[in-house]
Amino acid sequence: MSTQDIQNLKTFDPFAEADDATGDSAKAQSQNYIHIRIQQRNGRKTLTTVQGLPKKFDQKKILKVIKKKFACNGTVVADSEMGEVIQLQGDQRKDVQDFLTDKKEGLGLDQKTIKVHGF
Amino acid sequence: MADAADPPTERKPRKSVAFSDGATIVDSDGQVTESADMNGGKSSAESHATGDDKEVDEVTDMFANLAKKKKKKSKSKDEDEAPADDGDVDLSALKKKKKSKKPKAETADEFEAKLAAAGGDKADGEAEAEEEEKPFEAEDMLKGKGIWQHESTQPINYNLLLSRFFTLLHSHHPDLSSGSKSYKIPPPQCLREGNKKTIFANISEISKRMKRSDEHVTQFLFAELGTSGSVDGSRRLVIKGRFQQKQIENVLRRYIVEYVTCKTCRSPDTELSKGENRLYFVTCNSCGSRRSVTAIKTGFSAQVGKRRRQQG
Repeated sequence: MSTQDIQNLKTFDPFAEADDATGDSAKAQSQNYIHIRIQQRNGRKTLTTVQGLPKKFDQKKILKVIKKKFACNGTVVADSEMGEVIQLQGDQRKDVQDFLTDKKEGLGLDQKTIKVHGF
Repeated sequence: MADAADPPTERKPRKSVAFSDGATIVDSDGQVTESADMNGGKSSAESHATGDDKEVDEVTDMFANLAKKKKKKSKSKDEDEAPADDGDVDLSALKKKKKSKKPKAETADEFEAKLAAAGGDKADGEAEAEEEEKPFEAEDMLKGKGIWQHESTQPINYNLLLSRFFTLLHSHHPDLSSGSKSYKIPPPQCLREGNKKTIFANISEISKRMKRSDEHVTQFLFAELGTSGSVDGSRRLVIKGRFQQKQIENVLRRYIVEYVTCKTCRSPDTELSKGENRLYFVTCNSCGSRRSVTAIKTGFSAQVGKRRRQQG
């Protein structure tokens, strides 16, 4: 009997966030949100960072698409703690969020896994 | 007359009508009561003789006493009544001259008198109702001017006093008067320091209102805004970067949703405390629920500005 068959080992996280326990999707991803942040640079320039994209996506490819789509420059930064982070020039929070949740041309991620920070 | 003492600039336009002149009193009264009927009555009143003022006054006094007992009368009834009275309104300039400055009381009395003159037994109740419904000048109430003046000898009835009390309470301690359900915090005051720093002046006041520590709010602000800053001598927060009041407000709003309001009963009356295992817990004071909240994480912050010499 493999471990897959044992019902007891099916993961249920009793410590999952209480308020968004809407089903299976919340369970698995409660810990790893995708954070979209904004930082101010000098003048009215800003920087958007996307942190915590699922490992199954190739960050470089995503970046390439995003850069083309939003007409901005960007880069992938490897951070020691946060892993790979996409940096984009300008305030792309709304765009990135739409892109990540878009089912047709985006990644089709769940809206609940994305957290947008900033003002 | 007493209104001479009041500088006309402080008064609202409708009050700036001169009372000293017997002929114009009528207009001012009409405006104060905000009733078209009253205006109509006024013009007719002017033309009337002032002979029976004496009796009217007596009657009025009687009714004034009576009126105290009656608390509530519908305004609609009042309005119905008014046009009927217009025909035989008398009383006017003489009586008003006796009165001191505040137009409110004058009108009330006049109205009573009018009703009395009309000869209705029911008049007393209506007069009282009219008095209750009168719009109060918020400024007068707050600053203690007009009838609220200390040396003013005018009798103030219970309802007026009560409404003044609640007005004052509302303005000074909004959270004590449970009238409105919405949770209010004072708007954040943002000043610019130099070119690239923002001063968040009333953070201590706001965090006190939310019953959170300054540090916690500060930490959250910095994490959300992706910046850093410091606290200056007078406990104001200096944030690096240019931020507008609206932006700070947005972040504060998110803070309140996340760390202040109770998720169960939506009450903002909660406390944040550190639990056993370094987790933060929000305990609701009104429903008693307790939930853990995520610690504030700064997350990734990119290198902004000049790069220092690469080490290694």
